Amino acid sequence: MADFRIPIGDSIEATIDFFVDNFAFITKAFAEVTENGIEILVSVMTFSHPIVLILLITALAYYLTKSYGLGVFTLLGLLLIWNMGLWDPTVSTLALVLISTLFAIIIGVPLGILASISTISYRIIMPILDFMQTMPAFVYLIPAIPFFGLGPVAAIFSTVIFSMPPAIRLTCLGIKQVPSELVEAADAFGSSKAQKLFKLQLPIATPTIMAGINQTIMLALSMVVIAAMIGAKGLGGEVWKAIQRLQPGRGFEAGIGIVIVAIILDRIMQRVGGKSKPAV
Amino acid sequence: MNHKIEVKNLYKIFGHQPERGIKMIEEGRSKDDIMLETKLGVGVANASFYVKEGEILVVMGLSGSGKSTLVRCINRLIDPTAGQVIVDGTDVVTLDEEGLRKFRQKHFGMVFQNFALFPHRTVVQNAEYGLEIQGMDPEERKEKAMQSLEQVGLKGWEDSYPSQLSGGMQQRVGLARALALDADIMLMDEAFSALDPLIRRDMQDELLSLQDKVQKTIVFISHDLDEALKLGDRIVLMKDGFIVQEGTAEEILTAPANDYVAKFVEEVDMSKVLTAESVMIKPVAQAHSETDGPRAALRKMEHAGISSIFVRKEKKLFGIVTATDAAEAAERGERSLEKIMIQNFHRVSPDTSANDLFPLLAETSFPLAVVDENDRLKGVIIKGSLLAKLSEKRLKEKELI
Ligand SMILES: Nc1ncnc2c1ncn2[C@@H]1O[C@H](COP(=O)(O)OP(=O)(O)O)[C@@H](O)[C@H]1O
Ligand SMILES: [Mg+2]
Repeated sequence: MADFRIPIGDSIEATIDFFVDNFAFITKAFAEVTENGIEILVSVMTFSHPIVLILLITALAYYLTKSYGLGVFTLLGLLLIWNMGLWDPTVSTLALVLISTLFAIIIGVPLGILASISTISYRIIMPILDFMQTMPAFVYLIPAIPFFGLGPVAAIFSTVIFSMPPAIRLTCLGIKQVPSELVEAADAFGSSKAQKLFKLQLPIATPTIMAGINQTIMLALSMVVIAAMIGAKGLGGEVWKAIQRLQPGRGFEAGIGIVIVAIILDRIMQRVGGKSKPAV
Repeated sequence: MNHKIEVKNLYKIFGHQPERGIKMIEEGRSKDDIMLETKLGVGVANASFYVKEGEILVVMGLSGSGKSTLVRCINRLIDPTAGQVIVDGTDVVTLDEEGLRKFRQKHFGMVFQNFALFPHRTVVQNAEYGLEIQGMDPEERKEKAMQSLEQVGLKGWEDSYPSQLSGGMQQRVGLARALALDADIMLMDEAFSALDPLIRRDMQDELLSLQDKVQKTIVFISHDLDEALKLGDRIVLMKDGFIVQEGTAEEILTAPANDYVAKFVEEVDMSKVLTAESVMIKPVAQAHSETDGPRAALRKMEHAGISSIFVRKEKKLFGIVTATDAAEAAERGERSLEKIMIQNFHRVSPDTSANDLFPLLAETSFPLAVVDENDRLKGVIIKGSLLAKLSEKRLKEKELI
């Protein structure tokens, strides 16, 4: 037994090496462009005085949820973060989460639609998702480095992979949950597949899809923190520094910052998702 | 009249390798038999029937008899295993996906048992769905949708959401959605079964008066004999996937093809309790042999819009005279009705059970005369009125429960 080892690790490594050797110049170029993009986004967000952005986010939170409670919480929470001297890392975390989520949605929602429509793609996609979700998050960090180098783009890459499953899963579920009699009615009137999708299935699945996106955002946030290990800065970077320097106080402060950001994002997404639910 | 829809040897067998089921049906095996041996579910078995242009055909049968499957085979929401569905000369079964889509848009409006309204769309947006699919421009389709909403009495509700409406109103939206299309065929799968009896009756009345105006070809699915009697120009009866009888309401009530149909018809056994007296109607006109000649009798018939008239002598029922005979007698210059008087019509006493009336009605073309012990005419019974009265009474009965 001991002298024969199935070469799982070796073959994966070989595969990755092959792709790195042949395609890394593309991914590296992509990384550069994206990195510039992130920098621009972050500098736009930090261009003005922090208080401006804090007020803007507060206003947005209130506008989207119409909840005074959340408005007040957002304002106080963000002020606290600023006060702890964590404003810049928070902004870069937010930027990473936003970008990762955007990619996860752009790739995940269509995959979810595909899985809901075609049985074959469902059978292929679902086991992969199970695999992706049970694999420890750290593992995704390793192949990201040779492709994108250390830094935020590798972080985004592994974050997208890690956070995409709920977007796919719940999009698929939402569409499959559309009552069959409604689909039948749409068919009976001669709808094409696209008309059925855009006029019936997606609108009705929206609350479920939103719940998926909410989960994606939460996963993205947790992964962005972990991805600090491969050079994503932000709040995760602060935690990582605190670990290395054994500064529990600093670590907790950054942790509180993450919790505040998570709560704000979660509450906003819940309201946005809930609002698009048809009156029942 | 044309046959708008012609269904020929239609089969729908559910399960793996359904052709096996067809073979077994051809060998005369029953649905249960086939299920036991092969796990195949027989939905529709060798169904052939037609629907005439502009008529309401009711497909009736107990739950599970294959009605929904049958109606879905017509617009191919379910693909038949074998057979033809010919609509206006086109075999729907042979259409490809795109052709089928276009065909549905042009020919089929459908109304569903549980309404199947789109919850995220307003009433008017629901009603215009079919037209939107066809790419009609927004203003035109909204106008058409509003028209059909008005037809079903929902003006003023166009901006509500379906969930804000009662069941009856929701089904009106369903009806409007199908009407707005201008399709020539309406498929209605137990469209009123989910509604309360009172509202249901309203909807039936409304469908009938709408049908007077729009003259669609309607296939109406029902498990309720009263509804079938009330709505159907003709009725198709299904059992275990097979069509067991097809015909007008009278034909089915008076000559049930087999025990199953008879059982169904027995349901109408309110008619046992109902008597001739309770279902008769007032004679719209009578002639008097002492005073009326052929001309006067003819005029009375024309005036009342009937083709035969009962004649009284003193206070007793004397006979019946047809319009044709009266016209000829008048031509010949006769003065009296005596020569053209016919006696071979049925006299029944007021307490005859309605059940015994059907066979009598079936064998004569004249109305039945309801007479008392002194042979005085109390009322008349004609086919249409008997059925109408029966279903009306049964519905009222049900509402009381
Ligand atoms: N999708 C399906 N798969 C398997 N069997 C079905 C399916 N749909 C209907 N059936 C069977 O076909 C028969 C007829 O069903 P249906 O047409 O719904 O009856 P009805 O509308 O008269 O109540 C039933 O025995 C039912 O179990
Ligand atoms: Mg049914």
